[in-house]
Amino acid sequence: MSTTVTDVHAADHAHDDHDHGPAQGWRRWLYATNHKDIGTMYLVFSLIMFFFGGTMALIIRSELFMPGLQFVEPAFFNQMTTMHALIMVFGAVMPAFVGLANWMIPLMIGAPDMALPRMNNWSFWILPVAFGILLSTLFMPGGAPASGWTMYPPLVLQTGDAFPFLIFSVHLMGLSSIMGAINVIVTIINMRAPDMTLLKMPMFVWTWLITAYLLLAVMPVLAGAVTMLLTDQFFGTSFFLAAGGGDPVMFQHIFWFFGHPEVYIMILPAFGVVSEIIPTFARKPLFGHDSMVYAASSIAFLSFIVWAHHMFTVGMPLTGQLFFMLATMVIAVPTGVKVFNWTATMWKGSMTFETPMLFSLGFLFLFTLGGFSGLMLAIVPADIQYHDSYFVVAHFHYVLVPGSIFGLMAAVYYWLPKWTGRFYNEKLGQLHFWLSTIFVNLTFFPMHFLGLAGMPRRIPDYATQFADFNMIASIGAIGFGFSQLLFVYILYQTCWQKKGERADAKVWDDPKGLEWTVPSPAPFHTFDTPPRVTPHDAFA
Amino acid sequence: MSPRAIIFIAVPVDDWLHGPKTELRPTFLPLDDNLMLRKLAYGVLAFLAAPAAHADWTVNMPRGVTELSQETYDIHMMVFWWCVWIAAFVFGAMIYALVKHRKSKGAEPAQFSHSMTAEVVWTVIPCIILLIMAVPSAELLITLDDSRDPDLTVVATGYQWRWHYRYQGEDVAFYSSMTRPSAAARRLDSGIDPSTVDNYLRDVDNPMVVPRGAKVRLLLTSNDVLHAWWVPELAIKKDAIPGFVNETWFRAEVAGTYRGQCAELCGMDHGYMPIVVEVLEPEEYDAWLENEKARNRVTAVSGAQ
Repeated sequence: MSTTVTDVHAADHAHDDHDHGPAQGWRRWLYATNHKDIGTMYLVFSLIMFFFGGTMALIIRSELFMPGLQFVEPAFFNQMTTMHALIMVFGAVMPAFVGLANWMIPLMIGAPDMALPRMNNWSFWILPVAFGILLSTLFMPGGAPASGWTMYPPLVLQTGDAFPFLIFSVHLMGLSSIMGAINVIVTIINMRAPDMTLLKMPMFVWTWLITAYLLLAVMPVLAGAVTMLLTDQFFGTSFFLAAGGGDPVMFQHIFWFFGHPEVYIMILPAFGVVSEIIPTFARKPLFGHDSMVYAASSIAFLSFIVWAHHMFTVGMPLTGQLFFMLATMVIAVPTGVKVFNWTATMWKGSMTFETPMLFSLGFLFLFTLGGFSGLMLAIVPADIQYHDSYFVVAHFHYVLVPGSIFGLMAAVYYWLPKWTGRFYNEKLGQLHFWLSTIFVNLTFFPMHFLGLAGMPRRIPDYATQFADFNMIASIGAIGFGFSQLLFVYILYQTCWQKKGERADAKVWDDPKGLEWTVPSPAPFHTFDTPPRVTPHDAFA
Repeated sequence: MSPRAIIFIAVPVDDWLHGPKTELRPTFLPLDDNLMLRKLAYGVLAFLAAPAAHADWTVNMPRGVTELSQETYDIHMMVFWWCVWIAAFVFGAMIYALVKHRKSKGAEPAQFSHSMTAEVVWTVIPCIILLIMAVPSAELLITLDDSRDPDLTVVATGYQWRWHYRYQGEDVAFYSSMTRPSAAARRLDSGIDPSTVDNYLRDVDNPMVVPRGAKVRLLLTSNDVLHAWWVPELAIKKDAIPGFVNETWFRAEVAGTYRGQCAELCGMDHGYMPIVVEVLEPEEYDAWLENEKARNRVTAVSGAQ
């Protein structure tokens, strides 16, 4: 086994050598520079945001439970759809993956910490400020932003007092993401253990490296776009105002040049997570590690040249539509390669079905389903019918909820024993999985039907023929929302009550990777001396 | 939800392209709820009276009433069936592995981790399938894009929150807004049951009227924010953008009333911008047009006084 040079070493250091442990009390968190503490803060923050965004989703689904308005006015409904999306995208999914990156990348490449620990602190602490500002807009005259998370002008310029706060909070989120991305890239490029060549890196590290480049490339574009909105509103420019010679469609091009890579920013790290978990529980190496790397890279490249498939109804030239249709369809190829490789990894394995594996399998099936509707959406003539309907809502929630979110849940269950030194309650974990899976399908599957039958998205009320499936979707959403309280309870049991079996360094049945060579819980400082990468822990 | 059973009932379908035929459609039979029973009874009646009217459990796109809407439907179904076959294969392999290759069944893990052949196969085959899908889609797209030589041009302008239609070359123009019964019922806590309102949220005072069989070119623009003009039965969805004139076209082959609504978030009352297109027989359309012109003349004269 790979034991031991590293094991013994890390443990020794943790216990003997260190004159500085974590600071006490609030200072430990406010001044945090340790990648594990910052990772924890990111994860806790994103979980809180997940519940904020989820509450808004439940307000939306409650209103849509029956035809007619029962709870909220249309204007507030639009604020809820907008805030739900902004919070889930920028506050829940992205920070959660950054939290995982903070915790796991140094442990997986044998680095003592992230390369830029003070910037790391800064990039986290910007986030509560950004979301404090964004949430405060709910109490401003005119209410929170209500023009959708896509912020299309001219509508977004009708936002009330919240408008500059929206722009400023998006700037802050972008700043945080860019700093996080720089940190990830610098860490991975410079701080790998000496014999960890790039292709020996685990898939999670690889997908995060690619994701970080995507972030670096597109977050400034988003910042630019919203800055132009700001100057259109306050400084007399007409970037997007037709009356002043500007072009409202240009915003959509710029926004989706950010927005489509953003989609992969939210899913590639989840690809990485399941690429770690499936081999562990299939007891078999990941099939085609290198081709997985190439597939993820191709997806990242293609994500830059497909943006206008979000805009097939804006009236593009025919050749433009053909190009974006074909480029989008091509993405199915590398994505297919990944799904086939995961399947081949399970093939002739010796599988067990602990909670992380269950969530990964849920991911595999349901993300693929979202991929199919994605392929359908690529076909322009059909997309003209699907566009801006509930079919689209079904599609992107399938790739985001049982895709990204299940990936995150799987990751938390998988690494929680490494973080805390204890196993979670396996029975409750599995219950959490089954409840989530049943309700997520109940929520989002009927939305395909609604969209095909002609229900547009972002409406607070609907024609009566859509009543039945909407009711089912709302019941599913309420079930899904409350099932997540079980997740919180499981975390509470494991982290606070310290219930649960103690985990050894390996945690699972002989998993691959350097993170399993340090004790559980992982000591405050790990890999002060770079570890040797044994063949067992190299992924080439 | 009350407990329900699925039953299949034979429904006459008069598809203008393929002619009348009978289809078996799944229907949900409620087991204990009076309201639902009543609804079902109405549903069955509606099925018999006008097959297209009942949409409660519609799970698919309408075939629509234009040649291009039918072709759109066919492309949609072609891609859908490809997805089903691929899913059957991929999910089948996964499920087989999940059932057979589990530790509790004593499976010993194999240790293979590469196969160039497999990688090439599952790269090339999807490429071929994608090409098979892309060719007819591109052909249809090219037809959809060709709005030349229309019989009639209508300019639709989006306003927050209604539509305005102007018949180019004719002296006919009017606003089209949601009708009062819907507007009253849709208020928060209005106390009016939406199911008692005819075509709740999907009815307008002045529908757009076009002749059957004519190639109608629709020019779209907006007076304020983005809107989108969507009627599923015509398979038309196009954005209305301030400062731009977008064009699209349709040729409705069946007379009737087709309903849709604004599809691009346009603010507070985005959900209350219905679109209704009435397709009339050509002679009825001519009569309607004359009537509208006369009405506009009267308005103009009285306006001048």
